[in-house]
Amino acid sequence: MEVFLQQLINGLTLGSIYGLIAIGYTMVFGIIGMVNFAHGDVFMVGGFIALILFMVFTAWLGVAVVPALVLVLLLGMVLTGLWNWTIERVAYRPLRGSFRLAPLISAIGMSIFLSNLVQVIQGPRNKPLPPMIQGNFVLMGEGSTTVVLAYKQIVIMVVTVVLLAVFWWLVQKTPLGRAQRACEQDRKMAALLGVDVDRTISITFVIGAALAAVAGVMYLMYYGVVNFSDGFVPGVKAFTAAVLGGIGSLPGAVIGGLLIGLIETMWSAYFTIDYKDVAAFSILAITLIFLPTGLLGRPEVEKV
Amino acid sequence: MSALATDAPAAIIAPGQPLLTVRGVKTYYGNIIALKGVDLDVNQGEIVTIIGANGAGKSTLMMTVFGSPRAREGRITFAGTDITQMPTHEIARLRISQSPEGRRVFPRMTVYENLQMGASINNFAHFDEDLARMFTLFPRLKERVDQRGGTLSGGEQQMLAIARALMARPKLLLLDEPSLGLAPLIVKQIFDAIRELNRSEGLTVFLVEQNAYHALKLAHRGYVMVNGVITMSGTGRALLADPQVRAAYLEGGHH
Repeated sequence: MEVFLQQLINGLTLGSIYGLIAIGYTMVFGIIGMVNFAHGDVFMVGGFIALILFMVFTAWLGVAVVPALVLVLLLGMVLTGLWNWTIERVAYRPLRGSFRLAPLISAIGMSIFLSNLVQVIQGPRNKPLPPMIQGNFVLMGEGSTTVVLAYKQIVIMVVTVVLLAVFWWLVQKTPLGRAQRACEQDRKMAALLGVDVDRTISITFVIGAALAAVAGVMYLMYYGVVNFSDGFVPGVKAFTAAVLGGIGSLPGAVIGGLLIGLIETMWSAYFTIDYKDVAAFSILAITLIFLPTGLLGRPEVEKV
Repeated sequence: MSALATDAPAAIIAPGQPLLTVRGVKTYYGNIIALKGVDLDVNQGEIVTIIGANGAGKSTLMMTVFGSPRAREGRITFAGTDITQMPTHEIARLRISQSPEGRRVFPRMTVYENLQMGASINNFAHFDEDLARMFTLFPRLKERVDQRGGTLSGGEQQMLAIARALMARPKLLLLDEPSLGLAPLIVKQIFDAIRELNRSEGLTVFLVEQNAYHALKLAHRGYVMVNGVITMSGTGRALLADPQVRAAYLEGGHH
């Protein structure tokens, strides 16, 4: 029981991070029908930006940890967003209207470019960070079978929930979000109504990157290290989460993220930790076979 | 000032002066030519219709005005501005609205949100006022206001597409087959509404129709399009009386 509860907490924490990344995949897929394979690396870049910013604020400028963290979150979102905006302009927009696989291949190239770029300028080794937030609540049990809720886990879950609420409001209630949904449903009609489709797509990339940046900060805070290759596995898992939830569906991405996080941690606890990635990716295969549209995905055919 | 008239600062065109001019426009789909050099005018305050068979290029012309597909040759001007190469969304922001072929209602947005999309180019100034007008014009939309576009019937979607176009307070309204798939009573309602908007507010309308009889009765002037070229033009009444038009588009059809 204690093990289960502990893994539930750990799984939800990890799932929050996957969910934040998965939104970027699902939004981009929704609006331009492209799987952005570089998104995982954008998340990794977000982690590095967070690392550098955090060092600058705490070690050089002597800012206290909590305000530094808030600054890192905000600045990291802006910088990573700008970074992804540039990627879209350089690598994807010129290929719009080209054959379907062209932007996909470009995205794979961008993914390799990003991880190599970071490897060259930051070095290939793990970059550690002194623990930002320490301490935890002991929820129950004693000795070796305690259930612990670390403060950093609380931070991750709270930030995720707040961010998702803001994001949901943005998409559902603001003119920007409405234009974004309009482009997702019918780009040509959106343009006929005066929506600047290219700009809306750019904004979608910026929003996706900003959420990935937050995931990057959380990842760095949770594990205390970041590495140039860290974009790949979390990226693919978040993509799995997006497919599991139903690619194109925003709530689906979050639910998918939480499920993948839970599956991974539960598998690690009850079976073997070596196969946790196998368990997560088996889900992708099984989903695609039995539930091609995912949990909340919509079927292709629509009444018109 | 009347409710639907524009308050944009752009050039005011006097009634009867050309608002939309199309000169020598050729449009292609890949290598296939769809418009083979079209000349046409829509004057301020007019209802102009273009009739023709399926595949004649009527809808292509409507979309070419918006640069999607773009004219490969020729020139299109609106209120004196050359819009031939202008991006589609900027053309829309000059307040040309279209209720397009296939209606293109946003399927996963509510009726209300669809109407909001229509009003977004004038930043929701007069939104509540215009919304009330649309609900008067199409009471059905009021009943369905929180329903998603994709769940509406064909006729309701048609009303929504027209209302969405009107929410922009257009200077020029393009209507592509507003009668398609609608019950005769609703067609009459919609055509009456167009006539009323034109009469009371001077709304300029460019109408594509297969229902030639209704369209020519409604329009001040009309054009006949065959295989991507304009073959005939004249006042609505003259075209209605023309033996060739009668033979090709009216006889044996619905009156």
